[in-house]
Amino acid sequence: MGILDVKDVGKRFGGLQALGDVNLSVKENTCHAIIGPNGAGKSTLLNCLVGKLIPDTGSVMFDGQSVLGRSPHEINQMGISRVFQTPEIFGDLSVMENMMIPLFAKRDGAFRLHAIESVFNERALRAEAEEMLSEVGMLEKQDMHAASMSRGDKRRLEMAMCLVQNPKLLLLDEPTAGMARADTNNTIDLLKEIKEKRDITIAIIEHDMHVVFSLADRITVLAQGTPLVEDTPENIKGHPKVQEAYLGESV
Amino acid sequence: MFGLQKQDAKLLLIVIGLTMLAPFILNPFPESSGWAQFNAGYPDLMQRFVIFGIFAIGFNILFGLTGYLSFGHAAFLGIGSYAAMWMFKLFGMNVLPALGLSVVMSGLFAVLIGYVSLRRSGIYFSILTLAFAMMSYALAYSVLATDMDGPDKQGLLQKGLTGGETGLQLTLSDPRILGQQATDDGNLPVPSFFGLEMRSATELSVGDWVFTFSVGYYFSAVVMLIAFYLSIRIFRSPFGMMLRAIKSNQQRLNYTGLNPKPYTLAAFVISGMYAGLAGGLMASMDPLAGPERMFWTASGEVVLMTILGGAGTLIGPVLGAGAIKYMENILSKINSDILHTWFAFLPDGLEDFVVAIIYPFIGKGWHLTLGLIFMAVVIFLPGGIVEGGRRIGSMFKGRAKKTDAASGGKTVAPGQDPAE
Ligand SMILES: Nc1ncnc2c1ncn2[C@@H]1O[C@H](COP(=O)(O)OP(=O)(O)OP(=O)(O)O)[C@@H](O)[C@H]1O
Ligand SMILES: [Mg+2]
Repeated sequence: MGILDVKDVGKRFGGLQALGDVNLSVKENTCHAIIGPNGAGKSTLLNCLVGKLIPDTGSVMFDGQSVLGRSPHEINQMGISRVFQTPEIFGDLSVMENMMIPLFAKRDGAFRLHAIESVFNERALRAEAEEMLSEVGMLEKQDMHAASMSRGDKRRLEMAMCLVQNPKLLLLDEPTAGMARADTNNTIDLLKEIKEKRDITIAIIEHDMHVVFSLADRITVLAQGTPLVEDTPENIKGHPKVQEAYLGESV
Repeated sequence: MFGLQKQDAKLLLIVIGLTMLAPFILNPFPESSGWAQFNAGYPDLMQRFVIFGIFAIGFNILFGLTGYLSFGHAAFLGIGSYAAMWMFKLFGMNVLPALGLSVVMSGLFAVLIGYVSLRRSGIYFSILTLAFAMMSYALAYSVLATDMDGPDKQGLLQKGLTGGETGLQLTLSDPRILGQQATDDGNLPVPSFFGLEMRSATELSVGDWVFTFSVGYYFSAVVMLIAFYLSIRIFRSPFGMMLRAIKSNQQRLNYTGLNPKPYTLAAFVISGMYAGLAGGLMASMDPLAGPERMFWTASGEVVLMTILGGAGTLIGPVLGAGAIKYMENILSKINSDILHTWFAFLPDGLEDFVVAIIYPFIGKGWHLTLGLIFMAVVIFLPGGIVEGGRRIGSMFKGRAKKTDAASGGKTVAPGQDPAE
């Protein structure tokens, strides 16, 4: 049994069976990659894990508890953080404020009325935010308006916002999409470092095979809503079914 | 200072200075000059500036921070007024308990209205709040204004809880627990702050100028300053940051482990309490509460004030409230005779022509002027008066930098002249 257990999960959109009987188990402190052609259902699967979608069938257990029927903020409080396929940050806020919000969420839970305390008197939280920002190389941008940053920076900020919560499970949906080569390599290095330094489990969706093979301990290949194979990166590389799924996509 | 950052403390000090000196600042023209009608330094209007300032400051906590546009905030204004009136009738003429009940009652109603309305967002939220406010208006106007005493009695509830169209007034037979039913000379007692009557005032004549200092204004001004200080604290608090995050990206907030609902409800209730406080102050200045205070135009007015001044800025709503109340009271007093005396220097035909052009924009037509100004602000200056001030400030700063690098303090707040 892993930290995350997905059993027989199915999800249908009208006539489209986006997910059919997905079984997946992610072991604690590993990096599990989910790959597959466009429209395979990878993002849909992720949405079922974080409460954005409720699967029609099956169960999702995290850390021994079911996540089904819980709202996204409750699932996050259980220890799951998520990076989106298109960066979701607080565009109207400064980079530092973007970092403070997850820290307050972690300290105070889903709601606490701090109407009189000053944000910037929170030295301890601020220090944590600064440390995280310097880890992703954005410390000098802390006063910038988040919406005015480049796409790559927004992604890094979003990742930092998730990491600063010290989640047990980090879900990444194509974290390097739209990034330049150098930024992609930085992201790989960052994630490797995070994996070494902390007790964290990572589930990553990625099209870039370089990223997948640099990080993943195990890989699941998803095609048309069902897992084709699950194996180690070495075995996946030459697997005929995988070649087929990817060739099928390009035709 | 006061737990504020330097910039905010400076702004607060400026606002304190301006409100305390308002009787001078707003009376710049000598009594005998033709400009005296533009003086706004009389108690009645100054009280309105600060009371509507409170209303707008509170509205801004909801609209400016979370982006939820309530179109029914006047309901809380009315509830606050009625609550204060009942406190005057039943308890005593001191304004403090009256204001206390205003805030509590409007807060309770805000919990109810907010809980239901916040199930929706965007336009549906606005419509729901509007519906609630119009329901409150209807209740106050007729439903709650029926004889609840029994037809053969002339008691306290003869005209219901709200007094209907004529409004809720003090009478000589109010069963007040503290204080007398009538003053020694047989008049209605007056709201007071531990004996200081709200309507009492002293005048100071300096040359051709007359400055009036009224207890009512200074009391309201101090309440406004406290309300303003609290709003600064809220803006700079984690709670305020969460509210801005709600406006910016609710999805991210959800996936960051925070529940937006209680935050928005708290903002709604706080801003409802601000409105109730403003309503209670209105009743304290002039002990009368009528249903028109809850009408939808009153709800629309606070939206205009906030946007005109600058939604989401600290001082904007106060400036917007001042600007609109100034126009309402001063512009509307100008009539065609006054215009004719102003343009008497022109040849007769031209004089009539100019007067005919300007006439629709003054007097009862002041709404037209307000509408045009509002459109201009929304189109050219989306940040409102505050952004205008900032632009002018940076223009001067840019120029000052060129000539003298050493000079140039930061302009935090634009001048408080509401005629602007
Ligand atoms: N909310 C929805 N309503 C209807 N259909 C949807 C919805 N979300 C996804 N789908 C469909 O479900 C299928 C799987 O989509 P999904 O986004 O999970 O694919 P993906 O594997 O993430 O692809 P990509 O690599 O392009 O991101 C697609 O055919 C998509 O059109
Ligand atoms: Mg996807």
